Formats: sequence, structure tokens, C-alpha cells
Amino acid sequence: MTPRPYRVVSRRDDLIDTVTLELAPVGDACPAPMAGQFNMLWAFGVGEAPISVAGFDDGVLIHTIRRVGAVTAALCASVDGDQIGLRGPFGTGWDLPRATGGDVLVVAGGLGLAPVRPIITDLLANRADFGRAVLLVGARTPDALLYRDELEGWRGRLDLDVEVTVDAASPAWRGDVGVVTRLIERAPVDPANTTAFVCGPEVMMRFAAQAVLDRGVPATHVVLSLERNMHCAIGHCGHCQLGPMFVCKDGPVVGWTDVEALLRIRER
Amino acid sequence: MVQVLGAGGLDEIVRALRAQGRTVVGPVVRDGVITHDVIDSAADLPRGWTEEQDAGRYQLAPTGTDEIFAFSSPSTSWKRYLYPERTLLIRARRRRDVVEIHEPEPEAPPMAFLGVRSCDLAALDVLDRVFLDPDATDPTYAARRGDVFIVAVACSFPGNTCFCSSMDTGPTPRSGFDLAIRELHDGASHDLLVEAGSTRGAALLAEVESRAASDTDVARAGDSHDRAVAGMGRRLRSDDIQRAALDPDHPRWDDVAQRCLACANCTMVCPTCFCSATEDSTDLTGTESERWRVWDSCFTLDFTHLHGGSVRSSTRSRYRQWLLHKLVTWHDQFDASGCVGCGRCITWCPVGIDLTEEVAALARSDESVPREGAAP
Repeated sequence: MTPRPYRVVSRRDDLIDTVTLELAPVGDACPAPMAGQFNMLWAFGVGEAPISVAGFDDGVLIHTIRRVGAVTAALCASVDGDQIGLRGPFGTGWDLPRATGGDVLVVAGGLGLAPVRPIITDLLANRADFGRAVLLVGARTPDALLYRDELEGWRGRLDLDVEVTVDAASPAWRGDVGVVTRLIERAPVDPANTTAFVCGPEVMMRFAAQAVLDRGVPATHVVLSLERNMHCAIGHCGHCQLGPMFVCKDGPVVGWTDVEALLRIRER
Repeated sequence: MVQVLGAGGLDEIVRALRAQGRTVVGPVVRDGVITHDVIDSAADLPRGWTEEQDAGRYQLAPTGTDEIFAFSSPSTSWKRYLYPERTLLIRARRRRDVVEIHEPEPEAPPMAFLGVRSCDLAALDVLDRVFLDPDATDPTYAARRGDVFIVAVACSFPGNTCFCSSMDTGPTPRSGFDLAIRELHDGASHDLLVEAGSTRGAALLAEVESRAASDTDVARAGDSHDRAVAGMGRRLRSDDIQRAALDPDHPRWDDVAQRCLACANCTMVCPTCFCSATEDSTDLTGTESERWRVWDSCFTLDFTHLHGGSVRSSTRSRYRQWLLHKLVTWHDQFDASGCVGCGRCITWCPVGIDLTEEVAALARSDESVPREGAAP
């Protein structure tokens, strides 16, 4: 339960309320994370929040944080050279190798792009292991589109299909408008041989998972990443429970078949 | 080997435990209830006191005898001695942009628990499953729990809110103790039968004055157990629990939500509820900070707070979470029931919600289940 000091080596404003921090250990590093896992980030004197790993490169952790409360506001306010505390990594990973030999369909809504980012980077690093690869991204508005430069870079590749849609367009927007499930209907994958990785607001994930199933992707090949209040990340504080699960250790990445019934119960 | 303690035997046990350097904690009368506190001698125990417990009701009453353990579940459980209400997790200091983080050694005074009922023994086993998980051991709990000397007491007077026999956790302790006492009182004779459950328990028992129990004593103990089982005030049927979990939209959830104040009393008195929150604070200069773990409850609105609101914003969903966790999903998580049948949540509910009654109602598909015995 004791965080280790990490130094902010880079800070970038992504969106009006979202910041990406690159963090390097001051002393001993925490173990290397798997794609899909999260760390508990601690702001001195304010508190801790669970934040997904958005990247891990040469010992440097990348975390993208949206300012929604006291802790995330304090984390977002940190500047280069500041020290914050970090514990982790915690929870289950995406396990991209489960899709080896087949097509990969990644569906991200809003800030959900951050936890799935390591899927894309791992996939591109091992591109020959997979068939078609498709990334579908939904955002509320063009201004709320995360990692825009990186998305445009990925979109220029011939070995990755990237489609982006927004709920509400600005006058300058020339792309798709509508919910991300519309993109699933026409994603160029072989459904029977596809693994779908879904991350976003819970309601979006329910509809996206259903759209993926409607395309014919087997339910056992649909995985998603859940979000719950967490204080300890080791199954002791009780806050993150969803039915029999502690999302901190049995999740955040879960199989659709394991949570479908639970997610259908209101306020479960 | 069952022994019968001599006249000053119980006090000798307390003295021997204190001589081992242990803080002895036992039931005491305080603030109009029987609770737990540090005791110096057997004279501090609630001799001559019993209590009447019912849904939303607790009343201390004299027994008119010199019985010591003539009561059932004390108002508080033992968890606060192993898993304190507040625990300091870290201290940190910030100098310019350098942060030093220090984790304090857990405080673990050697302790002895005297008077642990079998339901509360079962609760200790339940907490062990949470906090002694090899993958995530809680250092404070492990340090405090490791060496505790446990003197259990068989329940002879189960309360009106008790249902340990339904949960298969009592009324007589079976394991998990160093010594187990049974008080036998029938007019003329007043005896304390003691049995050792560990090597160190046997060693301590050898130090105090006692005689071997006779066949008659053992038979009287058996009768006392049978009377306690027969006198159990409530019961909870396991097949009802399974049925109660089936319908998340059962109208009874709305019914109980109309009565539940979401006050969290049930989770505070529960001997197994383990949820916590962490709280950070700084001194006025902002350079020193502390991080504390404090008891929390799934009945609070903040408990499931995420950006945009709480996952469980209605009282209905929070009561459902508590009940189904306690009785159903606890089995999935820890291979045990989270309920040990102590009845505290019934007694200490300010509006007298009785989980045994709620489960029985939830298990029926007919919505017109009359409520019996509920407090006004």
C-alpha cells in the first residue's frame, strides 16, 4: 500500500481537461505493466486514483488523466520535475496474444482510447502475428478526440484501419458523425475469426459489445475494460465490487460472457 | 480433556495472560450496553448482567445471579482490535520537488481475547480470508492477529436476534481457540468448564487451579448446548438465500429501501464487514502528509462514486449490494459466508430491519409478504 516516488519527465495537455504524463522512477521501479493494467497514482496530500497504463517505453510509464475530481486535478496540475507516488501494476491485462492468427477489432470511446493504446502499439510491434487490424474511435466532439496526432499517423498506415466518429460535429469536421456502434457494422474484419477489445463508458461498451456480437463475433472473443471506484487496488477496500468480482483484481479487463448478466442489472 | 475451574480460576487465567505481557480484552458493561474493552481482572466482566435484544432494540438487564457470560452478542465485535477503525498507512514529506514516503511499522501489541463467542470466532476466520490472502496480506491485521490468545465462550443464552445455528457457526466453539469456556449455572452449582484447543492453551490451563470434569459435568454441558440451539431467536434458511439472490428487481428490494436509512450501522457492528476508505491530509504548511485507512460502508453514496455520479445511487441498490454480498457473492470471493449469524445488524438497525425476514420475503415470489415483528 506504499507508493513509490516517480518523477514527471514529460507533461502534455491533450484536451481541455486531459493531460498525459510520462513518469520515470526516482528509486526502485514498480514491475513492468501488461497492456490493460492500471496503476494507483498518488498526489501528495490529496489522494490516489486508479489510472490505466497508456504506454510503457524503456522504463517510462505513460498515463493519460482526465481532470474529474480532487486527485486527478492535482495530478493534472503537476509539471515537469514534480514527484508523484505510484503503486502497481494491478489487475488483468488485455492479453493481445489471445488474438494471434486472427483479426483484431479495437473499439474505443472517449478516454477509453488510453487503455487500448498499448494494444495498438503492441500489435504494430508484432504485426505479422495478426490478420486484419481495425481501430474504431468515438468521441463526443472533434475537440474531445484524444491522441489526434497519433491517430492521424496510424490512419496513414496500410496495415491498420482507423475509423473515427464524433457524436456532435463542428463546422470544420469532415469525418463520420454518430455513435461508434455504426462503425462496427462496417468494420472490415472476418467476424468468426475476430477478437474484439472494447473500452469506453459502460453504456457505450454494452452497445458496442452487442454490435460486435451482431456482426457474428463469438461472445467469448469479446473483452472489455471496466471502471469502478477503487481505494486499495488489492481487493481489501471493497469499493470496486461488481457482483462476485473485485474489478481491481478480477478486472479491469474482463470477458463479455463473465459480466454480461451483471452489467444488465441496473445499479449492480 | 475438559477441566472444571476452581473458584478463582477465571481470574487466574486473566492474570496468567497479563503475565505473558498481553493486553486482555473482554466483555464489559459500559454506556448501558455490553461491549468490549481492556480488562484488568475477571471482576471487570459483566457478572450478573444479561441483555434483551430484538430488531432495533437493546436493553441491559440484571440476571439476579452471579453468572458471568449470561448474554449473547456484545454491541461491538472483535474486528476493531485486529482491523482498527483508523490505521495510518503512510507518512510523507515534500521538500521542494522531492517526496519522501515512509511506511510505519504496524502497531501490534500482544493481546488476548476473552469471551469470544463461536459466531465471532467464525467471523475471525472470515476476516482471515480477506486480510491474510497470500497475494495481498494486510500488514496491520497480520501483525495483530498472528499472536492473539483466544479464550472462547460457549453461548448458553442466545439472544432473540441470534441465528448462528442456521449459519453452522455455533453456539458452541469448535476450533480456532486456545481455551474454550462453558459456564454452567443451575441454582446450587456454578461451574466454568474449560477445554484447551491448542498446546499453549493446555500449558496455560495447567497453571491454574482446576479438576477433571466428571461425566455429569460433560452431560450438563451437552444439555446446555442443546438448550442454546433450541433457544435461538432467529433462523435463516440456506435455500431461501439462494432464491433471494435470483430476482434483482423483486418488489421487496423497494420495500426494504423504504425503511432503510442507509445509516451504515449494520456494517459498523458487523463482525465481518471489512470495507475501508483511504483519506489523505496535510499539515498547514503542506509539506507533511498522512494517509489513513478508515472503515467505510457500502451504504454511503460516495462508496461507488465515479466521475458523473455513483454506480449505486439508490438505497435500494445499496441494501441489495450489502445483503447479496454478505450472503451470496462472499462465497464466490472467499469460499465462506460473510454472515456468521451474530444478529448484531438486526439489533442495531435503528429501524429494526431484520435480514432473516428480508431474505425470507425475497425468497418468495408473492409480493404480498406480511412483515412480522418489524419495529414501527
